[in-house]
Amino acid sequence: MSIDPILFEPPARPSHPPEAPLAAEVGAVELTIDGRAVSVPAGSTILEACRAEGIDTPTLCYLESLTPVNVCRVCVVEVAGARVLAPACSRKVEPGMEVMTDSERVRHSRKLVLELLGSSVDVGLAGPQAPDGSIAAYTERYRADPTRFGPSANPAAADERDAREAGHHHAAVGEPTAATVGQPVKIDNELYVRDYSKCILCYKCVEACGVDAQNTFAIAVAGRGFDARISTEWNVGLPDSACVYCGNCIGVCPTGALMFRSEHEMREAGTWDESAQTMTDTICPYCGVGCTLSLHVQDNDIVKVTSPMDSSVTDGHLCIKGRFGFQFVQNRGPG
Amino acid sequence: MDLHVVAPLASPAERDAVDAVLSPLIGPPASGWHGGVRDSKADGHIARGGHEARSHRDLLIPALHGIQARVGFISQPALAYVCRRLSVPPAEAYGVATFYALFATTPRPPLVAHVCDDIACRLAGAEDVCSDLGRSLGPAGQPTRDGRATWLRSPCLGQCERAPAALFTSAGESPTSFAVAPIDAAGIVARFDAPRIEAVGPVAAPTPDDRLAVARRSVPQAGDDGLRILARIGRIDPLSLDDYRRHGGYEALARAIALGPERVISEVTDAKLVGRGGAAFPTGRKWAAVAAQITRPHYLVCNADESEPGTFKDRALLEDDPFATVEAMTIAGFATGAERGYLYIRGEYPLAEARVTAAIGAARAAGLLGPDALGSGVSFDIEIRRGAGAYICGEETALFESIEGKRGEPRNKPPFPVEVGLFGKPTTVNNVETLANIPAIVLEGGAAFAAIGTDGSTGPKLFCLSGNVERPGIYEVPFGVTLRELLDLGGGVRTGRTIQAILLGGAAGVFVGPEALDTPLTFEGTRAIGATLGSGVVMVFDDTADLVGTLRRIAAFFRDESCGQCVPCRVGSVRQEEILARLAAGRPRGSAADELALLRDVGQAMRDASICGLGQTASSAIESAFRQPGMMSL
Repeated sequence: MSIDPILFEPPARPSHPPEAPLAAEVGAVELTIDGRAVSVPAGSTILEACRAEGIDTPTLCYLESLTPVNVCRVCVVEVAGARVLAPACSRKVEPGMEVMTDSERVRHSRKLVLELLGSSVDVGLAGPQAPDGSIAAYTERYRADPTRFGPSANPAAADERDAREAGHHHAAVGEPTAATVGQPVKIDNELYVRDYSKCILCYKCVEACGVDAQNTFAIAVAGRGFDARISTEWNVGLPDSACVYCGNCIGVCPTGALMFRSEHEMREAGTWDESAQTMTDTICPYCGVGCTLSLHVQDNDIVKVTSPMDSSVTDGHLCIKGRFGFQFVQNRGPG
Repeated sequence: MDLHVVAPLASPAERDAVDAVLSPLIGPPASGWHGGVRDSKADGHIARGGHEARSHRDLLIPALHGIQARVGFISQPALAYVCRRLSVPPAEAYGVATFYALFATTPRPPLVAHVCDDIACRLAGAEDVCSDLGRSLGPAGQPTRDGRATWLRSPCLGQCERAPAALFTSAGESPTSFAVAPIDAAGIVARFDAPRIEAVGPVAAPTPDDRLAVARRSVPQAGDDGLRILARIGRIDPLSLDDYRRHGGYEALARAIALGPERVISEVTDAKLVGRGGAAFPTGRKWAAVAAQITRPHYLVCNADESEPGTFKDRALLEDDPFATVEAMTIAGFATGAERGYLYIRGEYPLAEARVTAAIGAARAAGLLGPDALGSGVSFDIEIRRGAGAYICGEETALFESIEGKRGEPRNKPPFPVEVGLFGKPTTVNNVETLANIPAIVLEGGAAFAAIGTDGSTGPKLFCLSGNVERPGIYEVPFGVTLRELLDLGGGVRTGRTIQAILLGGAAGVFVGPEALDTPLTFEGTRAIGATLGSGVVMVFDDTADLVGTLRRIAAFFRDESCGQCVPCRVGSVRQEEILARLAAGRPRGSAADELALLRDVGQAMRDASICGLGQTASSAIESAFRQPGMMSL
């Protein structure tokens, strides 16, 4: 029996540590935004260029830590010479590009996107991702009036929207109301709830569950058109699905459609009070990765756990233990 | 990938349905990880899956077709088995299955009549057919009393020249699918009542004697002299490669190989050929851009997902002259440096699919496709992919997604397909009719082709004439004939009737009034009157036609066919339908003028801010009807 000599003769160690590869040279791209000459690194998006210039651009489906899906269209800008508007979040800058962020067409489309969403989705909790405000602030800025399409139609029964088949909707018959995605909250586990009445279908949760963070693939977009919805396989409850309860979908949800059960129940009871909450950063005690946890505390109880989006360890993502495993802290029973 | 699959085990029939599709391509399941029999020795300590298993994701939709055809719907155990075999997460596979209208995810009787109630069929009484069916069989989707059959409403089936139409799908051990047009409710019920659904031999071509007569039902000019694109329609046996070669087939490929790729592209550029699918992009420029890409491999895609309501030209070309598409794809692949072509054909075209499948097989057997096409060292082969009921998949990037086994959601452009296309590689996408022009350009030269038509619109063009005309069908004319001349070719409106409106370009097109009759049917001519040629739809509405109902059907169409990805189209198409319904019911919010202003507001946002052409044109026809003075009275 021969033994591979490599086991006994390890390769010689290099005499000095390998050097870091040289950073690629990034050229600058010159363009104009709203008439201003702007220079940004090549490969930047229009949104990054706008933010560098301090131009406030609304976003809903965009998040720095996720691949842009450019589906909400609230960030659209006008590019001179283009037939249609471009999504600032994903469109890369090009030399000589002339971008207009506040033209008549841009204002119109942003207003209509806000109206269309506002008339079909409960956006009451939406939008604090943007640096300076909620969807309500943008609604005011663009003078959007979601009620133009009529009062909201009655919400659907539980699971009714999940059963809708592509290509076979019940045609509108002239009722005075506007169709919505309204439906009961899905509560099927102790950790978090899914209120798809608040879902603007930004795809962030699907991305976070998939290749952008968790690689669990428990949820995907199912159905088509207005009946498209976030769904587990066959709309099974979360306990039967592939969900591992990392809660990273909650972390990226911009509308409050996905929410800690504790927060949901306090909101239902009317006891949720963000002004009375403190936020304390700590390090997760469970393993050696060292994720930053932000503990949201109200009345000396942890009511929610998040992680800062700019944490280099987590990018805002956690696992089930860091996100939900805090009950022992407040186990105040005898013993 | 560690899949979490909870469904019960697939039945032998369900496994057979999947394996019949997958095993010839990727072999039987390699281990328990892939859905095979668990072997604790082989599987116990080794995780399988990984990149190789995931690389077959593009077989997901073919596998779903296999289940749908065998089981009659996509069952949970069958889908779970596919997921194991292809390493696709069940939630994603469910998202794909629920995206396509021809896939059912709830139990459905084996025999289904998909009854077209779209705009051309409406003009031919489709609503009467549906209400008759409602009376005799019960509401759409409800199984008949014996549980064997059901009927469903369907968007345009591409049989507009013989409206009203129905597509029958029969699931089981020997599944079949065929369209019948014209058909009435009694005809549908009679097929349901037959002891077994008639095995219409879709491949079997008509005999030489009635071949021309059959072809003339769709192509009234068939057999006429002077036709270029339609020259062989009705004259050759569509299943005979020899017949095709006797009529000039494969001369162009030989010539192309002699000329070399650069010269072929320069001839196509000189021909000033532009795409016939609706976007009218210069074909030569597209080919040159792909050919110049350093990234390999390159792909070629023939877009035969002809779903624009009122369009049926590609169907006729594929049914009656399938080798022409195969040859033209080979030339295009040769010119652009692609060794693999995909022909994506809509699921509602079973006859065209059968014929072109046969043609590809015959061409391969004759050495005209494969590693050494025509003995010249050129390697090219074609794979057919069948759509599953989604208009959006005619959009080129949605089509890529569909071939890749995903939901047909369009990608944002740029990057354009010539750089980043199918499987992320440089890709040429051409419509069937665009490709049909290639052999003539190669043989006669680009300059000769450019001499046909007008300066701005070169070559011959197929028009799909339907609606209230004497002889609906596909007509080939050189660019430049006027709308009136085209209508005259089709015999004009029926005696005693007058024209109320003409829809140019389909549901994504524009309504014009009779005053536009002298408009030349060219890209520049229609642009000058604010209209479009689109895919060549010319649908005539006489004074008896219900235009309001037509507009509502168009709005419902876009509501159904929106992929749901972007807000302007997903919600805007719903609001558009609601506004029209309120106007039609005489119950506007505020005044009718308020509603029309709201309609225009929604339309502009859809046009400006939607991701793809579907949303950008979803308001086009509807807004155009209201722009025409006096066309709509509400």
